[in-house]
Amino acid sequence: MTLFTEFGRYLLMIKGMFSKPENWKMYWKELMHQCNEIGFGSLGIVVIISVFMGAVSALQTAYQLVSPVIPLSAIATIVRDTVILEFAPTLVCIVLAGVVGSKIASELGNMRVSEQIDALEIMGINTKAYLVLPKILAALIMIPLLVIFSAALGIYGGRLAVTTSGIVAANMYDKGLLENFQPYNVFFALVKAYTFSFIISSIPAYYGYHVQGGALEIGRSSTKSVVVSCVSILFADYVLAALLLQ
Amino acid sequence: MIEVKNIRKGFGEKTVLNGVTVTMQPGKCNLIIGASGSGKTVFMKCMVGLLVPDQGEICYDDKDFNKLVEEEKKEIRQQIGMLFQGSALFDSLTVEQNIMFPLNMFTTDNYSQKLKRVNEVLDRVNLKDVNKKFPAELSGGMKKRVGIARAIVLNPKYLFVDEPNSGLDPQTSLVIDKLVKEITTEYNITTVVNTHDMNSVMEIGDHIIFMHQGKKEWEGNNKEIIFNKNERLNEFIFASEFLKDAKDMRMLEQTGKIDENRNMDDLTK
Repeated sequence: MTLFTEFGRYLLMIKGMFSKPENWKMYWKELMHQCNEIGFGSLGIVVIISVFMGAVSALQTAYQLVSPVIPLSAIATIVRDTVILEFAPTLVCIVLAGVVGSKIASELGNMRVSEQIDALEIMGINTKAYLVLPKILAALIMIPLLVIFSAALGIYGGRLAVTTSGIVAANMYDKGLLENFQPYNVFFALVKAYTFSFIISSIPAYYGYHVQGGALEIGRSSTKSVVVSCVSILFADYVLAALLLQ
Repeated sequence: MIEVKNIRKGFGEKTVLNGVTVTMQPGKCNLIIGASGSGKTVFMKCMVGLLVPDQGEICYDDKDFNKLVEEEKKEIRQQIGMLFQGSALFDSLTVEQNIMFPLNMFTTDNYSQKLKRVNEVLDRVNLKDVNKKFPAELSGGMKKRVGIARAIVLNPKYLFVDEPNSGLDPQTSLVIDKLVKEITTEYNITTVVNTHDMNSVMEIGDHIIFMHQGKKEWEGNNKEIIFNKNERLNEFIFASEFLKDAKDMRMLEQTGKIDENRNMDDLTK
């Protein structure tokens, strides 16, 4: 299947999601379920990655800042901006592409192969709207929140690393955090978070929804969805940086 | 009433259905039989709207399903119940939640009314104390019965059953067949069963359609099928010596003679 055919089918899936729900209450319930699965289900890995990402970034910045001209508080400023601009949105979303993306693709793939999607269709339910839309909406709600949480934890992880190792005093680090803060960076991080959330949820949903075959194909589609999501995230990251950081 | 008019369906170069025309008898068990690859499953998928035929009409009460707008299709789909080959129960839901799912989606009943209906249909398919079990905890036969319960919970007008006996032992198959037959009569449903199990054919075949290479080859009922003269159908139903003997025994009982191509010595062996 050519790239254009796949992209066309992807767009048709997105278009097919928008129809009047058969029962608002059931759709709301499914949305809440997906928020729980995607948001709280990924919390553990996000906490671990964020703390270590901040800590390592702080230690490596301190290692490179050997000039006596540069104040030590600059470590905090650099960690803050790096975490907000790149690490929290991009790194966390790439990890979530693996965690959340493979889950979405394999869940839908299994439903397709075991005819559960056909069963819903025959009941008269728009499966794209009932199965795919809540996943995308839940990702759009929860992943930006995870990114904000990750940024805060990353900055705190950096503080923890440099203060416990005695490189920078806590008050010096806090002072550095407040220096030259640009709220636009947070806006940029959120634009990236929303874009990546859509990629993380819609691409695996596409691959899972259109699986044909058996268990082997579910595995293949899951792997493919993660690879395509990661590449798309990196491509979107570059495009957004080029467009928004002039 | 379901009327299928001259439907054709192909995948790429391969034609799977080639001009099938048939009328499903209302309130009866309509069986589609045929060898693997004869187009039975594609035929059923076209009838329930999971596949769109390349040509022809599938009419529910004189309305061509594929020409209806999405909302009208949904209305017809809500009159359809279907039991899938693998039961297609939702893994993450309990038996009770599986059966309650269509009620939650399409009715405004309160929880106690829905639970009452769930217990009614579970009782109808002879299942007890399974409400809180997950599909993975059930046997193949129980899964089929839960599938039937879910299919009939909204009182459908049409019931589609795909390979009801696949993976089941002969005794359980018989139970499922009888259940399908009883439900068809009791609820006055038009049932369409896709099968290649000859036991089912003899037990519940009010109206039988034999398919061969994407075409309707023969049509009749379970009384006519034994003495039919269609060569391809006979090749299919009397595939084993045992079944040929069984046919001869029956002929012998009813007419005092056996098939002209066979001799009595073969039978007595």
